[in-house]
Amino acid sequence: MTAPITAGDAFHSIDGSYNFAYLDEQTKRMIRRTLLKAIAIPGYQAPFGGREMPMAYGWGTGGIQVTASIIGVDDCLKVIDQGADDTTNAVSIRRFFKRVAGVAVTEATAEATIIQTRHRIPEAPLTEDQIIVYQVPQPEPLRKLEPREAETRKMHAYSEYGLMHVKLYEDIARHGEITTTYDYPVEVNARHVMAPSPIPKFDNPKMQMMPALQLFGAGREKRIYAIPPYTQVRSLDFDDHPFAVQTFDTPCGLCDATGVFLDEVILDDKGDHMFVCSDSDHCKGRRQAGHVGPRAAAAARLGFPGSAGDGA
Amino acid sequence: MYVATKGGEAAIDNTHALIAEERRGDPAVPELGVDQVRQQLGRAVDRVMTEGALYDPALAALAIKQAQGDLVEAIFLLRAFRTTLPRFGAAEPIDTGAMTIRRRISATFKDLPGGQVLGPTYDYTHRLLDFALAATGGAAAEAPEAAPTDASMPRVTDLLGAEGLLQPELPNPDQGEPFDLGREPMSFPANRDQRLQNLFRGDEGFLLALGYATQRGYGRNHPFAGEIRMGLVEVEFTPEELGFPIAIGEIEVTECQMINQFQGAKGLKPMFTRGYGLAFGQSERKTMGMALVDRALRAGELGEDRDHPPQDEEFVLSHSDNVEASGFVSHLKLPHYVDFQSELVMLRGMRADAERIHARQEAAE
Repeated sequence: MTAPITAGDAFHSIDGSYNFAYLDEQTKRMIRRTLLKAIAIPGYQAPFGGREMPMAYGWGTGGIQVTASIIGVDDCLKVIDQGADDTTNAVSIRRFFKRVAGVAVTEATAEATIIQTRHRIPEAPLTEDQIIVYQVPQPEPLRKLEPREAETRKMHAYSEYGLMHVKLYEDIARHGEITTTYDYPVEVNARHVMAPSPIPKFDNPKMQMMPALQLFGAGREKRIYAIPPYTQVRSLDFDDHPFAVQTFDTPCGLCDATGVFLDEVILDDKGDHMFVCSDSDHCKGRRQAGHVGPRAAAAARLGFPGSAGDGA
Repeated sequence: MYVATKGGEAAIDNTHALIAEERRGDPAVPELGVDQVRQQLGRAVDRVMTEGALYDPALAALAIKQAQGDLVEAIFLLRAFRTTLPRFGAAEPIDTGAMTIRRRISATFKDLPGGQVLGPTYDYTHRLLDFALAATGGAAAEAPEAAPTDASMPRVTDLLGAEGLLQPELPNPDQGEPFDLGREPMSFPANRDQRLQNLFRGDEGFLLALGYATQRGYGRNHPFAGEIRMGLVEVEFTPEELGFPIAIGEIEVTECQMINQFQGAKGLKPMFTRGYGLAFGQSERKTMGMALVDRALRAGELGEDRDHPPQDEEFVLSHSDNVEASGFVSHLKLPHYVDFQSELVMLRGMRADAERIHARQEAAE
């Protein structure tokens, strides 16, 4: 047992003062029990006693608590935000685990045993040996339609999803198509309607029968849910309006990839822009394999990150 | 000109260095001591302890210094630290009837056993800037020694309760271990222990505004400040191996008991009902707001209409926590360009459709 901390001597440093992966073992056990429950009922939002983390709510505290509870010394962690490893909050979370768990970290999707993500699923297919942990801002897919938790829990219990279908139908009636482009609702294991977290609907099909275990942590809302490997995940749609993903007219400007999710980057104030891979590791891999995109030269001139002109 | 978003590592290090420099300010000005914050900014310390849900004035003072006086940030720091502390168990309920009183007032009785004790309060100050305070190094301020208060200071609510005019607040016989908001997620409908813990941590400004709204007609509940008392109470804890309670320390708290008119409904006779507010230190405004909102949230239990936000438990309890609220509002600063790109693709598609339809219509005309 550790000595009680009193007001006088509490001015200590973080390093060496906290348990492995920050959370105490009892908290980890509580989270693991919740994870088991969540895996046993795919898509069900299991409440858990989420802790205050040293990062702000809304900045990945749910995903961080899940990762902290499952990570071991032999794990290799990858953290992405918007598909990229070098976005500031991904850097910050990766550093946190380097500091409190001392684990190996990587940017290569294939090397990682745990991938914590915000808003994307990597382009490279995941394997049975990997776990993907999603950061979730709003775990309740019905929240925009019904603000009351007491109500939405009942709706899930009775599989009462008519409201969601009406919303999607009204979209079609008004706009000719379903206008939800991210956090597009899915039905898991033919039972629970689930929020896939704000990934673009482009990524939804990757969840279907994924070999990797998918875990979802919502820190502020204190909910955990999961999709076990090889589970049916269907994006909600109608027979005459089947689900479809976004398509892009141009390939990645740097690596020439098609069939991937692209980010639009504004290059100057005259309207010039290019599309580049959102998955930075995927793009890097392709460029190293010799693929050259149509805008590679222009990007190099501008010193665009990842291009030949990038000083880093 | 395109600005690269890369270089996260270096940028983060630099911003940390920058806030450290900003925090210290001009090195020619003496550095602020944590003891100075604790002694001279006591009300800030009290608020940070209350909403940070940790009674530790030294750490609260440190948090305020570290956060450059940003109290919501300081509350966050204290909460994050609190999570790492081991939990020994639940203390015995504190007995505010046995409080060492520093301040005790009642708006419902002119005089009462134990008397009215003003104590330290800004209530009767004229809010004129005191320019003498701008000069440092003055003589220490000294107050005349207070007359000893009566040994017995019964709570106003106990006096009224004896007559049966006030709805009694009895312990729930089915209550096991009290709910622990630090360990368990909120669930709805919430029990009162859960609700009061939530309101205790709740943002002072939020509760003040909601309480104010009830006074202006959004869930009116006819309150009187039955009693506000502030002072030291003993904290007792029963260790398993002893089996009887021992005192483990003293804490300063403020308690507010609102007394509210109630016409009777749902099989209940007309009587006074209560709203309850409690906070660490001297936090009178907070406890009053809390008591008003607590009473408003009892609308369902008392068979009153629930038409207004302060009476809506999910609305109040889900949005009272400023650590959660500021986190989620500030997360909008994180990149969202993947979602935004998805919206761009759709919006361009919809606009193209609209233009095609428009062109067809023009051609037809």
